[in-house]
Amino acid sequence: MPKDIDTTEVIFEARNLHISARAEDGTEIPIVKGVDFKVRRGEVVALIGESGSGKTTISLSALGYCKPGLEFTGGEAMLLGEDVTKKTTDELRPSRGENVAYLAQSAAATFNPSIRINEQVTEAPVLHKTKSQAEANEKALALYRALELPDPENIGDRYPHQVSGGQLQRLMAAMALCGDPDLLVLDEPTTALDVTTQIEVLKAFKHVIQEEGAAAIYVTHDLAVVAQVADHIVVLYNGEVKEAGPTDIIINRPQHPYTKRLMNAIKPLPEPGQGEESSDEHLRDDPALEVRKVDAGYGKGVNGQPLVKILRDINVSIERGKTVGIIGESGCGKSTLARVMAGLLPACDGEVLLDGNVLPAAVENRSRDQLRRVQFVYQMADTALNPRQYVRDILGRPVEFYTGLKGKKKRARVEELLELVELPTSFADRFPHELSGGQKQRVNLARALAAEPEVVLCDEVTSALDTIVGANVIDLLTRLQRETGVSFVFISHDLSTVASFADEIVVLYAGRVAEQGSTDKVLSPPYHPYTKLLVSSVPETRIGWLEEATQTREAQSGISGGVTLTEIGCPFFKRCPQAIAGTCDKIDPPRRDDGHGNIIECHIELSNL
Amino acid sequence: MNKPPKTEHFVAPFEEGISFEELQDAPPRAGYKPTMAGWVGIVVVTFWAFIAFAGPWLAPYGENELPFPDAYSEFQVPQEGARLGTDVEDRDILSRVMFGAGRTIGISLAATLLAYGMGVVLGIGAAVSSPKVDMVMSRINDAFLSLPTIMLGLVVVAAVGSSIPVLIVTAGFIYASVVFRLSRAIGMEIMVMDFVESAKARGEGRWWIITREIWPNARMPLITDFGLRLIYVILFISSLSFLGLGVQPPQADWGSMVRENLGALQYGASIIPVLAPAISIATLTVAINLVVDDVSAHGGGKLSGRM
Repeated sequence: MPKDIDTTEVIFEARNLHISARAEDGTEIPIVKGVDFKVRRGEVVALIGESGSGKTTISLSALGYCKPGLEFTGGEAMLLGEDVTKKTTDELRPSRGENVAYLAQSAAATFNPSIRINEQVTEAPVLHKTKSQAEANEKALALYRALELPDPENIGDRYPHQVSGGQLQRLMAAMALCGDPDLLVLDEPTTALDVTTQIEVLKAFKHVIQEEGAAAIYVTHDLAVVAQVADHIVVLYNGEVKEAGPTDIIINRPQHPYTKRLMNAIKPLPEPGQGEESSDEHLRDDPALEVRKVDAGYGKGVNGQPLVKILRDINVSIERGKTVGIIGESGCGKSTLARVMAGLLPACDGEVLLDGNVLPAAVENRSRDQLRRVQFVYQMADTALNPRQYVRDILGRPVEFYTGLKGKKKRARVEELLELVELPTSFADRFPHELSGGQKQRVNLARALAAEPEVVLCDEVTSALDTIVGANVIDLLTRLQRETGVSFVFISHDLSTVASFADEIVVLYAGRVAEQGSTDKVLSPPYHPYTKLLVSSVPETRIGWLEEATQTREAQSGISGGVTLTEIGCPFFKRCPQAIAGTCDKIDPPRRDDGHGNIIECHIELSNL
Repeated sequence: MNKPPKTEHFVAPFEEGISFEELQDAPPRAGYKPTMAGWVGIVVVTFWAFIAFAGPWLAPYGENELPFPDAYSEFQVPQEGARLGTDVEDRDILSRVMFGAGRTIGISLAATLLAYGMGVVLGIGAAVSSPKVDMVMSRINDAFLSLPTIMLGLVVVAAVGSSIPVLIVTAGFIYASVVFRLSRAIGMEIMVMDFVESAKARGEGRWWIITREIWPNARMPLITDFGLRLIYVILFISSLSFLGLGVQPPQADWGSMVRENLGALQYGASIIPVLAPAISIATLTVAINLVVDDVSAHGGGKLSGRM
């Protein structure tokens, strides 16, 4: 039941807002430099910009809150006509949770794991005494229904770990909305989700915001997402508004060069014909790295088998100077496969070959030269680089360890590596925390390159980065491959990134290969039903896409439900719109080859896919 | 839903051909600046550290010297020649507090250092060892932890007799088990970080991983805990001395001074003989605590604060 919405009422307004940090010597470092924008009732305003643009800082000002170390230094943040920047925490407490609610990026970190969901969802209004427990329960139930959560009557009795990530994200929206706030602040609420989950969460958010008539500030760096949910867009760079206006204008007719640049960084949709052109000149007989009939998992079971088997019968070969992309949702075993290749997780069956020679399964048994030739790049540069080492030492160590260079030669090599990843050589004397996210990821790459490897395993290296920064890293990888002839294994849940870069794609589902072959073949029919689901879930930067996608997807039952491992049958059975009951859930799917190296594991004939 | 047209379209002024540098992630963190409470702590700790070193030279009398050798009477009130009065043996209390400072602080510091030496080496060693070795070490340590500290101290001192080296070694061993657990936990937390796995995957040996990857990151939280642990050891040593099993007369130390002069309370003569050493213990431990709290509130004590 939509409320009567007075769309002229201004809920929140930033007027010439200034926020600054203090440097060690007491000087002021401006973070937000005079920002103006308005949020009216029933309106979603998106703040977009890359990390460091001040978008989160600005959104938090609606709560009258500054992160530690920051302070309001000018202007006003008017919430319902009152300036919240001048208020103390005690004065703000009644309005937080009542007038304004905040949705953080990670629902898993927001919920207390040991308290039942309903109690946490209803806590704020009951605490603020704006609702009795019974009223709050009723409201929560209505929200569970509006958010299309399964079994709305009973889901509140569960604990946070008993629901899926996408469901928890929606429950967090219920928590924020339970107190009927006038303003909702959403900070990257879908960034950490898989594409298939992102759709269901976006759809639920949009629906519930419209129904409740709340106003919202939506913080994100993803323009495709913004195009689906926002009425108004504010483009931020370095603490300043570069362009602001209705979604239609910003998406379709951007004027400021920075907005144009953001639009250009959007990856094209995955289509056949992308990927690098194949040329066979530097091909030798043996592939650089090959995985044969590998099974692997975690825990210690009986007879040398793991307790939980993740990977089953995986065959991948990575040609010299080529890129193999591995995609799938979280829990599909992508990282597990990379860890098997690196020897960090020894396979329980099958073998890994380097240059045609079998590699010892475990990293401890590999020789220094074998280790040198296969390098692993971690997803999070923040945890992959030792925070207490200078960049000089982070890069210098593998140089010395593998190539034996010392002193001046080592220093020269470190500088050469920094130049290779397009960083100034002066960065050698910095600590990782003195670099931006993209710069850290470049150092992370340079460390792998320091070993002069033949194969580099990249585990979600662009996933934590903004669109622009991620695109720059992909460009860098392409250039490095051209110049050094290194092979890449590129793991990602982002199909458009993989499609733009890989020569060959392996689609994993629940530890099994769903489809594999050249990028062209995988992205054109026949599709495995799971590949089809992935392709159709990649958001387009086009107003109205979400509605269209969910329309067609109603027929495809694969929207929700996480990845579950199965012992027999096809693991995709439960989510597959073309599943054949009695066959797909009982018998392992056959491996079908189209004769051109495109493999699909499915019970359905290729001609019907 | 029909909305009234939102008109404003704002475009910031720009120059053609402008480039946009990648932005820095986070503003630089301000360095540690003590708060008011922190400063109070620092001043008091510095004062006691100075007394601990210079006490014996600055004290108006010797440790067992009598300010009024002719007029023998215990528990004299504060007066000219004995600013804090005299104790049960008619010795100058001010001088004994100053002599006791060096002994109490010195013994505690030595014991804490010993505890840290053993605890950190074994704790981080356990963290990087195989699960089996770690389990054996941890279970033995748990057995130590389950013994009540004062009782254990009493038994050891009763068995081998009390002397300063025995006190240091006893307190060191007792507190090493606590330090072991802490440094094992911190070591474990760092061991699962990607940069450690990356070093292992590179083929680095255990020694490199301990000294170059783990220790630089474990250092700060351990140093913060050191201050806290020192307080516990001071209280432990003082308690043993109070029970008569610590520093032996006629040597002065704060705990034993409280015990020696308990009689003063009974006779109602003066409370200063008991209060002076007690306040010394209290001010020192509270001050150390203030400094530790202030430093860890700034984030120096937490691993996450620097990541």
